[in-house]
Amino acid sequence: MASATTLVPGPQLAERISAAVPDSVVGVQEGWVEVDAGKLLDVGRFLHDDRELDARYLNQLGAVDRFDYFEVVYHLTSLSHNHEMVLKVRADHDEPQVPSVVSVWYGAHLQEREAYDLMGIRFPGHPDMKRLFLWEGFPGHPLRKDFMSLPGGFKPGLQRFPKEDPEAWGGEFRAD
Amino acid sequence: MPIKTEPFVMNIGPQHPSTHGVFRMRVTLDGERITDAEMVIGYLHRSMEKLAEERTWTQNIPFTDRMDYLAAMTGNLGYCIAVERLAGIEVPERAQYLRVMFAELQRIASHAMANGTFINDCGAWQTPLFYMFREREKILDLFEMACGARLTLNYMRIGGVAFDLPDEFMPRLQSLIDELPDRIAEYEGLSLENEILLMRSRDIGVLSPELAINASVSGPMLRGSGIAWDVRKADPYSIYDRFDFDIPVGYNGDCYDRFIVRMEEVRQSVRIVKQAMEGLPAGNHLADVPLNFRPPEGELYSRIESPKGELGFYLVSDGGPVPYRFHVRSPSLINLSALREMVIGQSVADAIVTLGSIDINVGEVDR
Repeated sequence: MASATTLVPGPQLAERISAAVPDSVVGVQEGWVEVDAGKLLDVGRFLHDDRELDARYLNQLGAVDRFDYFEVVYHLTSLSHNHEMVLKVRADHDEPQVPSVVSVWYGAHLQEREAYDLMGIRFPGHPDMKRLFLWEGFPGHPLRKDFMSLPGGFKPGLQRFPKEDPEAWGGEFRAD
Repeated sequence: MPIKTEPFVMNIGPQHPSTHGVFRMRVTLDGERITDAEMVIGYLHRSMEKLAEERTWTQNIPFTDRMDYLAAMTGNLGYCIAVERLAGIEVPERAQYLRVMFAELQRIASHAMANGTFINDCGAWQTPLFYMFREREKILDLFEMACGARLTLNYMRIGGVAFDLPDEFMPRLQSLIDELPDRIAEYEGLSLENEILLMRSRDIGVLSPELAINASVSGPMLRGSGIAWDVRKADPYSIYDRFDFDIPVGYNGDCYDRFIVRMEEVRQSVRIVKQAMEGLPAGNHLADVPLNFRPPEGELYSRIESPKGELGFYLVSDGGPVPYRFHVRSPSLINLSALREMVIGQSVADAIVTLGSIDINVGEVDR
C-alpha cells in the first residue's frame, strides 16, 4: 500500500475512459474528468470493473448548484491501489437529470436520495427515488442557490420561506 | 381449516431507546422474520449545509460539533483540515500533536459509548454502559479542562487549537492512560467470552466484504468485514504518519467482529496518545490566521477517520468569505446503506443488535 492516496491525473484518466467508452469525455482538468451524462453508467461500470483503475469504492457523491447548471461529483477510490479519481457530470438547470449509479455502486443509494431531496436532481434508474430528510410535499429543494435570498441581496432567491408563500409554489403547503 | 397469514408492518422508533436517537425503521414482518425494512430519517435535520453557506469559514466550526455530538473533536478536526488544505494554511507542530491526542481521546470516548450501548442492545441492561461511561467521563473531564466544554467542544480552530493545555492537564491524562489498559482488559474479561453476548451477536448481521465495499461503508464496519482500510494509515492526515499503531480487522463481518474491532481500536488509540504525549513539543498552539479570510477559488474533498468511519468534507470555494458549497460525507448515514440487506431474514431482536453494531449517531445521519 502506498503511503498516501494519490490522485489519478485527469488527462490520464480521460485517456483511459475515452479508450473504453468513446465520446464520453466532455471536459478534462488536472483534478477531475467531466463525462457526458448519457454515458455515465458505461463509464462507471468501466471504472468499477477495470483491474488497474479499480474504482470499487465510492467515497462520496456531491451535488453543486452552479446557477446555469448542476454538477454532480463522484469521488472514487481504489482500496487496493490506494488512488482516487474524481468524476463530474453536468445536469441541466431546468430539468436536472443524471442516470443513477446504484447498479454500479450500491453506496450511492442514500446519497442520490439526499441529492434529490436537497438539490432537486432526479436520478432515473434509482430503485427508490424519494426524499430522504424532508417530507414528501415539502416545497422546493433547499440547497439550491435560488431557494432563499439573504438580506442585502447577497444571493438571489426567494424573499420568504415557501411555507409562508404557497402561491410561489403553485399550491397549498402540505405537511404529510 | 387453513390459517390465513398476512405480512405485518411495524415501526421501530423514532422514539425507541434502541434506535440511538430519532431514527425510525419500518419493518415488514412475516411472523418474527423481517421480510422488508425501510428506514425513515430526517427527524433531526437542521440543514447545516445550507446554513454553512451563509457563515464564514471560521463560523462553521461549531456546526461540526453538532453533527456527531459524541465525537465533536473529530468533526472539528475534519473540517479544519479541509479548510487548511483549501487555503494552504500551515499548522504549528504543537497544535498537530494536540489535535492527534484529542482526536484519539475522542475515539476512545466514542467507542466506549458504542460498545456500551451495543452490549445494552444485546440485553445486558445498563450495567456495561455505565462501566464504559466511567472512562468516558474522565475523558470528558479532560476536554472540559482544555476547552471548557464537554460535548460540543468547538476546540479546534483553522490553523491550530483554541487554547493551550492548563498545567494540571498532563498529570490527569497520564493517570488515565496508565489505567486504561487495565480497564480494557477488564471489559474484555467481562464481555468477550460472555456466552450471552456471543449468542446474541455471532453470525448476526453479517456484512460480506464485497457488499461492504460496494455500499461504501467505512470505519469499524468496513474493518469488521475484514478489509484493512483506515484513512489514518492509507492517507495520513495531520501527523498520523509519525505514529506506530495497527489496524485491527475482523474475519466474519458480523456484529461481534465489529464489537471487538472497536475494543481493539481503543487499545491502539491509547498507544497513539502515549506517543503523542511523549513527542509533544513546546511552542505555539495556533497559527496566525485572520478570523475572516478568503481561500482561493477551488474545491476539494478531504477526509479523516472519525470513530464512525470516513468523515469527508467536500468544500467548494468561490474565493469569498463563505463556502460556496459545504457538503459532508457523513459516515453514519452512509454506513446505513447496507442496513436493509443486513436485517432482512433476521428477527426483530437481531435487527436491534445489528443497528447497535453499526453505531450510528442520528445527529450525523440527518445533519
